Amino acid sequence: MKRKDLLGLLDCTAEEIDEILTVGLNMKKLLRAGKKTLTDLQGKSVTTLFYENSTRTRCSFELAAKYLGAHVVNITAASSSVTKGETLVDTGKTLDAMKNDVIIMRHPMGGAPRLLAETVKAHVVNAGDGMNEHPTQALLDMLTMRENFKSLKGLKVAILGDIRHSRVAKSNLYGLTKLGASVSMYAPRTLMPAGLDKMGARVCRSREEALDGADVVMGLRIQLERQQGGNFPSLGEYAKYYGVNEAVMNYAKKGALIMHPGPVNRGVELTSGLIDGADSRIEEQVLSGVAVRMAVLSLLTKGEK
Amino acid sequence: MIYKNAEALIGGELKKVDISVENGIIQQIAPEIKGEGYDLKGLTVLPGLIDMHVHLREPGFEKKEDIESGSRAAVKGGFTQVCCMPNTKPAIDNKVTVSYIKARAREVGLCKVQPIGAITVGQEGKDLAPIGAMKAAGAVAISEDGKSVLETKLMANAMQYASDFNLRCLCHCEDKSLVDGGVVHEGYYSTLTGLKGSIRAAEDIIIAREICLAESLNLPVHICHVSTYSGVQLIREAKARGVQVTAETCPHYLTLTDEVIKDFDTNTKVNPPIREEKDRLALIEGLKDGTIDCIVTDHAPHHEDDKRVEYNLAAFGISGLETSFALSYTALVKSGELTLAELAEKMSTNPAEILGLQGGKLEVGAPADFVAVDLNAQWKIDPKEFVSKGKNTPFAGRKVYGRVKCTVVDGEVKYEEK
Repeated sequence: MKRKDLLGLLDCTAEEIDEILTVGLNMKKLLRAGKKTLTDLQGKSVTTLFYENSTRTRCSFELAAKYLGAHVVNITAASSSVTKGETLVDTGKTLDAMKNDVIIMRHPMGGAPRLLAETVKAHVVNAGDGMNEHPTQALLDMLTMRENFKSLKGLKVAILGDIRHSRVAKSNLYGLTKLGASVSMYAPRTLMPAGLDKMGARVCRSREEALDGADVVMGLRIQLERQQGGNFPSLGEYAKYYGVNEAVMNYAKKGALIMHPGPVNRGVELTSGLIDGADSRIEEQVLSGVAVRMAVLSLLTKGEK
Repeated sequence: MIYKNAEALIGGELKKVDISVENGIIQQIAPEIKGEGYDLKGLTVLPGLIDMHVHLREPGFEKKEDIESGSRAAVKGGFTQVCCMPNTKPAIDNKVTVSYIKARAREVGLCKVQPIGAITVGQEGKDLAPIGAMKAAGAVAISEDGKSVLETKLMANAMQYASDFNLRCLCHCEDKSLVDGGVVHEGYYSTLTGLKGSIRAAEDIIIAREICLAESLNLPVHICHVSTYSGVQLIREAKARGVQVTAETCPHYLTLTDEVIKDFDTNTKVNPPIREEKDRLALIEGLKDGTIDCIVTDHAPHHEDDKRVEYNLAAFGISGLETSFALSYTALVKSGELTLAELAEKMSTNPAEILGLQGGKLEVGAPADFVAVDLNAQWKIDPKEFVSKGKNTPFAGRKVYGRVKCTVVDGEVKYEEK
């Protein structure tokens, strides 16, 4: 893979995604074998720069970098600091001057990692930007699917939840369709953005339609903090009409995988029975996350002294 | 002074004439006037362009623009008269600020600057600004600019009260609750970029409200920077049933579609947002059939500091004075959509009529405000050449036709290309 930054899957080729997944699968094997002292990033410094709260993603990136032998520094800035104080461009220049090799950024606004990447010499990895992209989440989802299905070609993936505000849905849509999978999406109309069909999604008007013949069913978090504007009446009503439960799972293929980027609202996006059931891969996704982030960091910095 | 050998737009037709000027007034327009003069051979002369919607930023935001730099940009763009919006600091919501702007513009002495007063004190949407006093000091219209007066009753009062002073309300149409923090047009490209979009109805609902008020009260109203196809249709239908509504649009809505946001270029961030091809085509259609009366720039200069940030945080606006004529000429006249005479109406005659300003026509007895352009000159837009402090344009690198060579205000050459 020859690129400076990983900003999203929209501008990645199928070959690049395939390469990341292949390396990621290998990393996952090593992790399972307890190998956590790799040297891919030895002598390199990695900074995580998070303008949004995150425990799992930041922790996952930090461990990935550490397992590869990097020095890691974490900066957590309150969202409010985006609008006051130092500009992103100036922050980037400062981090660059400190000889950072990789900056991993999460930011509440779409396009921010791109602005940073244009400013700094360091590699930039997007750890989620507003409603734009979250490439490593999609990559870890795809890695988890590949472990189960060998190939993603022809796979039917259903994504249900708050699609409108979801960078995960979009990165998955780009990545999955590039590798030949088909993606169905369903949400209350208030939580469906415009133009998804033009981006290659199968936009559905019912849970049953979305789940029909699905190999993978992915729930997306209903972000409680984003539901002030009356997108739906209550969580109870959401669960009843839009949530995934055992009954609607009958429309999916038998044994279809249950996935969720977490954290889950139990009984809202998915029932507890499905979350804890045999077909759930939610915990597996977490390990995939560390592995795929190791792959991304390793590939981006490969061949550098 | 005699301006000689001009191909001038007189009464809707291009005629080879000389124009003699005394005391700032056109004295004679004739095929050959004896005497020495200023040679305009090879150039086309149009009535001085009038932009009824600009932001000059002074007082308060002189880092972005001031009356001097804005006036310089205006005459370079062929404008002899500009009307400046009240979102300054302090806002133009009092007679002192109106007087200050008039005085400062006279000192600068380039183009005529006509202040537009705020509708409410501090543009806060609560109490009516001193509309009578602002008119007495020289305000030519009132506008809440950059937002709508949210309280409908207050808007009705403003229209009625302003009409006593023969002032028109210029309405920025935006339903705040529907926009809800949106920064681009909602559609495929807002989903693609993850930038929050706002739907056409956010603009159309307030256009419809202002039309309803104008119709109910039998008063005139002017709709600012129309950007939606549906807004054009609302205005067209209102005009057809006799509502006194006039409207403007801007070069960027006539030349760009929302695809330009896909690379997060903050120079494409403007309010209302750049919309889709069907909106662009409808706006051109609206210009052709008279639904849209004027082309304005909504000149909104910003410092690089306000644009070299995250898209959400970037300031709204495009620096437009120095590109407006060429963009409009290329997109509308060169392409055969409008005649040159029609373009001059949209960019000069109609704004003058709507606001009751002098100018807008080349005729004996009128102020000698005109612009000489080389219609065949092709050039590439380069923000580095802007004299405006605002270099913020999404048109960098675009090839256009029509170059302003000379701008004359009250008979004096205020700009000429070296």
